[in-house]
Amino acid sequence: MRLDFPSTRRRGLALLAPAAAMVLVVAACGGGDDDSSGSAAPTLTGNCAKYQEYAGHKGTVTLYTSILDPEATSLQKSWAEFSECTGITIKYDGANDFEAQLPVRVQGGNPPDIALIPQPGLLQRMVKTGKAVEAPAKTKENVEKYWNEAWKNYATVDGKFYGAPMQSNFKSLVWYSPKAFAQAGYKVPTTWDEMMQLSDQIAAKGQKPWCGGIGSGTATGWPATDWLEEIVLGKYGGDVYDKWVSHEIKFSDPQIQDALNILKNWYGNPKYVNGGFGDVKTIATTTFQDAGKPILEGKCWMLQQASFYGAQWPQGTKIGPDGDVFAFKLPAVDPSVKTPVLAAGEFVVAFSDRPEVQMVQNYLSTPEWATSRIKVAPGWTSANSGADATAYSTEVDKLSAKYLTDPEATIRFDASDMMPAAVGAGAEWKEMTAMFGEGKSPAEVGKAIDAAWPN
Amino acid sequence: MSGSTVLLADGTLSDFGTKFWDVLQALVIFLGVLALIFFAAGRAVGRFSRPLTIAVFLGPALLLILVGLIVPAIRTIYLSTKNSDSTKGVGFDNYTWAFTNSDIQRVLINTLLWIVIAPIVTTVLGLAVALMVDRLKGQAIYKSLIFMPMAISFVGASIIWKFVYEARDPSQPQIGLLSQVAMALGWSHPPNWLLSIPLNTFLLMVILVWTQTGFAMVVLAAAIRGIPEDIVEAARVDGARGSKLLFRVTIPMIRSTLVVVLTTIMIMTLKIFDIVRTMTNGNFKTDVLANKMYSQSFVEFNNGRGSALAVILFVAVLPLVGYNIVQLRRERAVR
Repeated sequence: MRLDFPSTRRRGLALLAPAAAMVLVVAACGGGDDDSSGSAAPTLTGNCAKYQEYAGHKGTVTLYTSILDPEATSLQKSWAEFSECTGITIKYDGANDFEAQLPVRVQGGNPPDIALIPQPGLLQRMVKTGKAVEAPAKTKENVEKYWNEAWKNYATVDGKFYGAPMQSNFKSLVWYSPKAFAQAGYKVPTTWDEMMQLSDQIAAKGQKPWCGGIGSGTATGWPATDWLEEIVLGKYGGDVYDKWVSHEIKFSDPQIQDALNILKNWYGNPKYVNGGFGDVKTIATTTFQDAGKPILEGKCWMLQQASFYGAQWPQGTKIGPDGDVFAFKLPAVDPSVKTPVLAAGEFVVAFSDRPEVQMVQNYLSTPEWATSRIKVAPGWTSANSGADATAYSTEVDKLSAKYLTDPEATIRFDASDMMPAAVGAGAEWKEMTAMFGEGKSPAEVGKAIDAAWPN
Repeated sequence: MSGSTVLLADGTLSDFGTKFWDVLQALVIFLGVLALIFFAAGRAVGRFSRPLTIAVFLGPALLLILVGLIVPAIRTIYLSTKNSDSTKGVGFDNYTWAFTNSDIQRVLINTLLWIVIAPIVTTVLGLAVALMVDRLKGQAIYKSLIFMPMAISFVGASIIWKFVYEARDPSQPQIGLLSQVAMALGWSHPPNWLLSIPLNTFLLMVILVWTQTGFAMVVLAAAIRGIPEDIVEAARVDGARGSKLLFRVTIPMIRSTLVVVLTTIMIMTLKIFDIVRTMTNGNFKTDVLANKMYSQSFVEFNNGRGSALAVILFVAVLPLVGYNIVQLRRERAVR
């Protein structure tokens, strides 16, 4: 083969095309560096006086999270004053695929200054990379002072503490319609037995008492793992729950099998579900967002779902003890378990020990910040017992905060978030989905999840 | 890069400005270096001029292939012999797992079903439509209508079809087209489509067929147009009609194009990921290799197993790609 060129000049132009492509690649890799200037702390006055302890560390802190709008805007509003007064800018970066991208960024040498990690399991993996930085002393002090002891343990790896909890979701709620209950003369159940009796009573009238959905795109199955956690915690208490999380108690253990069977008689009971959608199997194909809608149409009576489900009701739905919908605390399966509270939330973990990063960590662990966020918008709760409980503007938030900050409660974090990803984001989701969608038996489900547990 | 001081509370606009300036600087420097190389290359005479020209031309492409393809491929193969966080070598354990685990066996069977059925159905449909539309008036309109789904991404198409397959209890108002049609035709209890094993895998294939038939049709219609008129006439004179003309003349004449279309769609099918991920996320026994590979690597964070599945996929695609290239070459030689 022989190449002929009309002239040298044309050749030069032709060569520019791949070159231009290369430039784009190169440019995409170059990020800007930020300088932080440390100087003697200035004295803050007026409105800013309360931020004196954070003064003197101007700079930019990058924050990476899975939290998107509208919550992202609320969070940014909650620390706007802090930023203005201290000169510490928090650069907010929310991503849908946070869980997949964070390890890539950390291992690739491009970690954010702060990541809001929603799973203790992921937190432990990040600590194992050696890139995560221990939380500053002040943050640790705040967490010890204001949070139920369980919370600190979830962010502690090998005796070192890595980050304060941020938001706390309250999961142990049952949504219902106070209006419909009042009309039918039903009373809100306070024990598990009462709840089942009420279910039977509704079912006897030919109606479906429960509706549910575990569809959630690539996270399909998570609501079902929550149901199982509620039962394990509510029937066997915190110790069994902890051992279950660490796999000392397996999924094939009689106790967990028992819990799975209780679930089968509840959300897997053809007489009880799936109001407004169809048979038991439709639970697997209904999205969790849609699950509660039949309550408003009178086709279903109750939905077990977390406090954040409040955001899913259509606009104009009145939420409250005398409104269209409200929630009651899911009663313990075994009344001897003291107030089982299933919770979830994010932890503020740093990958840098620059002073401005630590200032942000400290500030986010204070009751003052929690109160500031509560005031911005409803639908957000903190387990920080120092936060101003009167600042909550909705009844659901107040109810959630009451249980989350209860020092007597048996508070446990969402188990699937603590188990290894192969189980907590893999096998358990898949198998629970198969249990509802394909009618897989609890014994098979247990066996398959145990087999997926990494050695 | 620029070391510019970033003012506090600066807006996105100035942030954009900084970045734009950085990019501009990089561009200028890069073009400068290139101009230098070209100048030197242009000046080179004698026996260095030819090898130098080749190096300047092939260099960037080879570099990109090396960085973007060869190095990652080697690394993936290496990682597939390691454990979940790549700290310990485990030999061929990940491959043993892939071929003995009943879940993965199902995935392999599904993938096989996909690469056999979906491309054949697509190509046959595409050919049929090409033959039929070819004789119609206003064929451009029909062709564009059939071609249009191809402009939709797999994720977009999947979301459309998710609504089509949506199932509700027969006593409730239906929101899924398929269920409603089935009920209108007198089927009182249509199934929950996406839960019906093994029907659901085929229902997912329908989406690929829907989007790709247009591609097959357009390419095959062009090939049919390319058959010399005198050959067809000669066959007619010899008494060939209808199916005989189709199977003895038309298809042999466009054979190489048919093979290219078939293998192209096959390769696409082997890598199919978006449809399964959007429709079922691999639940209800519909998982395929590419989706399993992603979930092992980026959801369950098992680098070893994810890499092993990637290698299996890679090895499976290789012969198809090779065959495809050979056919493309042959077709070009004929033209």
